[in-house]
Amino acid sequence: MIAAIEPAPATARVLAPAFVDPHVHLRSPGREDEETIASGTAAAAAGGYCAILAMPNTDPVVDSAAVLGSLVEAARREALVPTGFMAAISKRLGGEELTEMAELADAGAAAFTDDGRPVTSAGLMRRALQYGAITGRPLALHCEEPTLSREGQMHEGAVCAELGFAPYPSVAESAMVERDLSLAAHESRPLHLMHLSARESVDALRAAHARGVRATAEVTPHHLVLTDEAVRSLDPNVKMNPPLRADADRAALVEALRDGTIACVATDHAPHSREEKEGTFEEAPFGVTGLETAFAALHTHLVEPGLLPLETLLERMSAGPARALGLPEPRVEVGARANLVLLDLEAEWRVEESGFRSRSANSWLLGERLRGAVLKTVADGRVVHG
Amino acid sequence: MRHLISIADLGRDEVEGLLESAARLARTDERLPALRGKLVLSLFFEPSTRTSSSFELAAKRLSADVMSLKASGSSVDKGESLKDTVLTLTQYAPAAIVVRHPHIGAPELVARHSGAAVVNAGDGKRQHPTQALLDLFTIRESLGRLEGLHVAIVGDVLHSRVARSLVQALGLVGARTTLVGPPTLLPRGIEALGCETSTEIGAIADADVVYVLRMQRERMESAFVPSLREYAARWGVTPERLRPGQKVMHPGPINRGVEIDGRVADSPDSLILEQVRAGLAVRMAVLQELLAARPALEVVA
Repeated sequence: MIAAIEPAPATARVLAPAFVDPHVHLRSPGREDEETIASGTAAAAAGGYCAILAMPNTDPVVDSAAVLGSLVEAARREALVPTGFMAAISKRLGGEELTEMAELADAGAAAFTDDGRPVTSAGLMRRALQYGAITGRPLALHCEEPTLSREGQMHEGAVCAELGFAPYPSVAESAMVERDLSLAAHESRPLHLMHLSARESVDALRAAHARGVRATAEVTPHHLVLTDEAVRSLDPNVKMNPPLRADADRAALVEALRDGTIACVATDHAPHSREEKEGTFEEAPFGVTGLETAFAALHTHLVEPGLLPLETLLERMSAGPARALGLPEPRVEVGARANLVLLDLEAEWRVEESGFRSRSANSWLLGERLRGAVLKTVADGRVVHG
Repeated sequence: MRHLISIADLGRDEVEGLLESAARLARTDERLPALRGKLVLSLFFEPSTRTSSSFELAAKRLSADVMSLKASGSSVDKGESLKDTVLTLTQYAPAAIVVRHPHIGAPELVARHSGAAVVNAGDGKRQHPTQALLDLFTIRESLGRLEGLHVAIVGDVLHSRVARSLVQALGLVGARTTLVGPPTLLPRGIEALGCETSTEIGAIADADVVYVLRMQRERMESAFVPSLREYAARWGVTPERLRPGQKVMHPGPINRGVEIDGRVADSPDSLILEQVRAGLAVRMAVLQELLAARPALEVVA
């Protein structure tokens, strides 16, 4: 809906279709100290989002209609923006038995994923592609070959060699991407690849598209902006899975987002408590927050330096993810339910620990100045921010 | 110099200054008053014999008070975080904290929460800067110079903080390094540190010093090498693979018959025991440099 963007003259304000985040960890149930449906969706609203999808790697795992039903019910009461819930592909994310996918779909599962873990068994992955067809819901995949990434803390390369961390090589991701694309081609089924980080994964995706495989993919703001050089800080807030990779990888991701090979930006918003992120890099869990900084970070680091047109960024944060995950596309249109974001492209602000609506502050941008702010968000006809 | 955490933080002048001061300290066996009234805290979260004893003796030779804690039998066993351990012990107002920890960056964390001068005695697989300094000291004492020398480091480079620190230290003083070992144990991209790599033991032929790394049994379990037998046959440093006058070093403890032939370890060209003596002088020099000119540090509130 590029044509619908209306920059008001003489100001730096832009009204655009609101954002859709296909990859959020709401930590509920189980870790409500880190995030709740209410706090996570407030963070989403502040970030300009009108819809988000939550991951099922909670405690308990969202692998039964009972758990899913209680979340859908809770979201009806608590969620500030419309929230969909993905359900697990395998029971307890164990990678051995399929969940009751048909019943989960009937109970409202937005998609299926074992996010946080790969579906290690190729056999189970194939069954998920085959059986999942009856649900009409996408499969979203965390691609990681665990025997290659084992104990890995950061991208394998010169920085890792110098620092001495256990390496997590690019091929741990791309080998799994290639396996899953082969299976999808074999079964003639679509799939969605989550948080791509490596140039080789982008190459594999591009080649699969050329063969007619219906695969979509997402990329996170941190993989688009940072490289493994950032790990020299030893800051646990630059530890994520997949890890930050080399500059050639980052450049390939930006190019793939620009040309549409990667259809969407996803935050992989992963809140963690202060205690979990204040020890050493190696003991810290993977993951960073992102809902409240995604637009400003990408506007500052990609749009302003001329690496990505604003229109493309707005599309990849809204219609792109909506189409990839089968959600309604936010439109600026007469008569449509309003799903709008009002942006100020010139507003400068500093990312501060105290400024988050999220319950967690494990942001890779703490202390940074960003240009571009979300002034107002309207989700499903309701002003939810500003 | 505020802390000694990584060789990468040092300049050539600082390294040479420390080596000079270590050379002066090595000439005396007397107890010196430099650190009288100062507390040196030694925190070892990993087993160690030579490093911990060497630091302890170095601090005592400089008349410091020394308090040593090990992870086992302490509150660390009860799940206390490194931050809380440091905040607690900092109330004794240590002037320096010597820390060894299995995690990379633990010394920075200690520095952040203590206000003491921090000496890294080994953090994960990253750095062991006093080992690199004592190795430079040993080489210079034996060969009279460092500039222009060629050092071959042989073995499990991937898991070695000793190798990482030493490559950087040798680069700083103008020596050349070749890393030699099985392809599985040479980290991808390590050449960016300014060294060469080879998987052939023959690459040690023109080295002035052959520096042998410890080969650990665990490495076979993850298939880095098929067996210690095959490792020893391919990369073991034996008399046949050396020429007379080539110096041999090892950070210890050695596995005779695995990475190093017993005859090599015991030969007159072995500097392994000199390294231990150098450790004392170099650690005295480091503690003196960090503490002698400093006022006792206030307790962090």
